[in-house]
Formats: sequence, structure tokens, C-alpha cells
Amino acid sequence: MNFDWDVFWQYLLQPSGVYLTGLWLTCLISVLAMALGCVLGLAAALMRLSRNPLLNLPVRFYVWLMRGTPLLVQIVFLYTALAAGGIFRFEDVEFLGLVVPGNIQAAIIALGLNEGAYMAEIIRAGIGAVDKGQYEAGRSLGMTFAKLMRRIVLPQAFRVIVPPLGNEFNVMLKNTTLVSVIGVQELLLSTQMVTSATFRVFELYLVVAIYFLLLTTLWGFFQRWLEARFGQSDRPAPPAAGSRMFGRGTLKLLRGR
Amino acid sequence: MAHKSEELIIEVLDIHKSFGELEILKGISLQVRRGEVVVLIGASGSGKTTFIRCINLLEDIQGGRIRVNGRSMGYRERADGSLVRDSERNIARQRRDIGMVFQRFNLFPHMTALENIIEAPIQVLGVPRAEALEQARALLARVGLADKAMHYPSMLSGGQQQRVAIARALAMKPQAMLFDEPTSALDPETVGEVLQVMKQLADDGMTMVVVTHEMGFAREVADRVVVLDQGELIEQGPPEQIFSRPTHPRTQAFLSRVL
Repeated sequence: MNFDWDVFWQYLLQPSGVYLTGLWLTCLISVLAMALGCVLGLAAALMRLSRNPLLNLPVRFYVWLMRGTPLLVQIVFLYTALAAGGIFRFEDVEFLGLVVPGNIQAAIIALGLNEGAYMAEIIRAGIGAVDKGQYEAGRSLGMTFAKLMRRIVLPQAFRVIVPPLGNEFNVMLKNTTLVSVIGVQELLLSTQMVTSATFRVFELYLVVAIYFLLLTTLWGFFQRWLEARFGQSDRPAPPAAGSRMFGRGTLKLLRGR
Repeated sequence: MAHKSEELIIEVLDIHKSFGELEILKGISLQVRRGEVVVLIGASGSGKTTFIRCINLLEDIQGGRIRVNGRSMGYRERADGSLVRDSERNIARQRRDIGMVFQRFNLFPHMTALENIIEAPIQVLGVPRAEALEQARALLARVGLADKAMHYPSMLSGGQQQRVAIARALAMKPQAMLFDEPTSALDPETVGEVLQVMKQLADDGMTMVVVTHEMGFAREVADRVVVLDQGELIEQGPPEQIFSRPTHPRTQAFLSRVL
């Protein structure tokens, strides 16, 4: 077997600057894209609940489009195809004294747009899981829709949203590898660059896999804490073990309805 | 019995309500004076729950008028007599005057008993927090739950939850209280404590409209009993008249089944 333990340990334990930049970019893009996805998802979910077709039809189209096309295609389309078509070109911008390259902007926006569609469905299901009686109680106390959502419905929906939201972030961490195709130097592209110089493909891809495992495992701990934290006050919390299954299962049931 | 005035608090005029083809309310009128306790009885499916929900605009109506405190609720009449729904903000404002107690309590599960009670006064009326807290503690004491302020609804029995729900509605200082089968979802042993609180409320002069199957409560507390059947108001009068000498044959049939 052609495997060099020295190279493996060196890259795993003493990563070069290229690697660390990649790691940092992966985390940064994931967090920002997820934040964008949550904001878009919430707005879309609220619009989707409206009975006004002017509000809910665009959202249905958006969700249909984003979930019906490959993420990879969306990324290339947003950054490369739009520029090639002369429609829109992402330019480097200076932000707080830092130059943010166009492809990183495009990466965050493309991942965020895609995530928004999935989050819209998750948040919609979460809102749908709140008992109708809660709306009636809020309304009978004179609350307007906005207040009812903010104070009564969303805090309760959040409990249902947190488990699948955690899963979405897990997927997001891994999906950032796709933006390597538009030249964003995250973990995967960093690895590719190093392998093209050293030809240690086996060792380095093993290292990158371990890095991702590390990231998703750390996130998993945080997710468990998050679920325990928000399962406290109200109804008996769902069992900590297998709670991700619980979240998915609930959502499936709700979607089937 | 508390003093009854002639002032009308709730005026319902010939309201019609349908779910699709099915007509649930076929033109019901009801007037409730300040301090009066009106109990609605009738077989299930008679429309009494729908009727009480219409007063609070939790259901749309297809015809008729509802006035609370002389102000029209929720709808404006067009020149051709058809009804248009009022703005959401106006409807929310009008609902403040009416407290509602639900069969299934509908307490906010993510808030303690105390937080449930102060939520609307602070968020809707803009009452300062300290004042709302003081009032909420007084209300909890009034419903006999002073020691449960920090309990979440899931830690309370059904009867206790319903009493918190009553306190929550009272915190808005409503002109009238609507009770939609407040004891139907309770264990038999906790029904009494809720009825006791309601009786106390009636004695204090609160205007109340109550949908219930508790004939004992109707007989003891009601000023007037109203009988609904198949979406129509078929008979009304003082409890002793309705229970002892019902005139309408369908009232007689209903009472013979439940008494």
C-alpha cells in the first residue's frame, strides 16, 4: 500500500497556512450562509402561510426551484453563468477594511438561497405544529398577528425547528465543498491544491475527511446542547437520544398532512 | 346576586353562520345586560360553541350584527347591506373588551402561570411590568393559585390550568367573559373548583356568557338560560322556568335526556 504515515500525521497535526485558511473559510461561509438561509426561510415561511396568492405563490416558486435543481448548478449559475451572460458579475468589495472576493460573496449567497428554501419548509412545519388553540388564545387577548407570532407561536415553533435546523447546518458544512468549483479556497480546494503539488492524494483526502468529521462532531455536541437548552421550560422535552430522528419524523408526519 | 343594570353589554342581532353548505347558525339574536349571567345549553351540534366563538370573532359570520358596549364588532356594513371585515388592528382592539375561556385552556406552554397572565396586559395594553405583576399575583390569589405562580402549565392539573386561564382573561379587565365549555375537558374531581371560581366571578358582578353541560351550575348561577337547537334559539328564560316548565317540545326532549 502506498501510504506515507509521516505525511498523514504532518498534515493532520501541523496543517499549513493554506489548510487553515480553508478551514476558516469553510466555517465562515457555513455560518453566514446558514444565517442568510434562516432569515430567508423565516420570511418565506411567513409569506407562505398567507392566504394572499401574491405572497404565497412567489414562495412556492422559490422553494420549487431551489429544491428542484442541483446546488452545484445553482452555484455555477449564480457566479459564472450570470457573469457570462452579461447579467450580473460579482465584484470584490471592501468590507470593514477587508477585501471580500466576489466568488466568496457568490458562495454565501448561493448556499444561503438554497438553504432558505429548505428552512422555509422546516419553519413552516414548525409553525404548523403549534396548536390552533394558541392562536385563538392570543387573538382573544387582543394580540395582532405580528405580536402573536413573535410572542406565542415562534417561541413554540422553535422547539420543533431546532433539531432539523441542526441537521441542516451539518449538511451545510459539507456542502461548502461545492463552492470549490467557483474557486473559493475552502478545505477541499486547499486540499486539491496541496495534492497537485505533493501527489499525496490518499493521505490528504483522508486528512480532509477527518477535518470534516471533526467539524460535524463538534457541531453535534453543540446541537445536543441546543436541543437540551430549548427543551427545558415547557412541555416535557423530547428524549435527548434520537432527538434528531424525532425532529425528522415529526416533520415528515406534518408534511404528509 | 349582584346588581343588574339595563345597560346592554353584548348585542347579537340575527347572526348567520355556515361552514360551506352546512348552516350552523340560522339567525340567532341575544342581548346580555351588564352583570348578567347567561348560560347557553343544547345538544352537541346545536351551534352553541360556534355562537359564542362568533361573539369574539373567532369565527366569520355571513350575516347579522354583533355589538359590544355599543360598538360594532369586526364588521362594517356596506350600503348594499353586505358585511366587510374590519382591519386586523381594529378587530384586535375590539377583542380586548371580551375575555374568553376555552374548553382546552390554551395556556401558553412556554410561560409560567404568572407570565401567562402578564403577557397580554404588558404586550397589548402597555401596562408597566411591575403593575402587571402585582395585578397578576392578586388574580392568582383570587382563583386560589397564589402558590403556583412559577409553575408551567404542564405542571398543573386541568382544573388549575383552567383557573389560570380565567385569571389570564381577567387580567385584560374585560367588559364581559365568554366561557366555551370550560369544564368539559376536566377530570370530574376538578370540575368543582373551576365552577366555584366562575360562581365567585358571577357574584362579583361580571357579565358572563357560558356554554356548559353543567346543569347544576346553570340552575344555581344563571340569570337566564338560553336553549339552542339545530342552529336556532328555541327558548329562553330564568333557570327555574326552563328546568321546571320548559314550553318548547325540543327543550323538553333535550332536558329529559340530560337531567
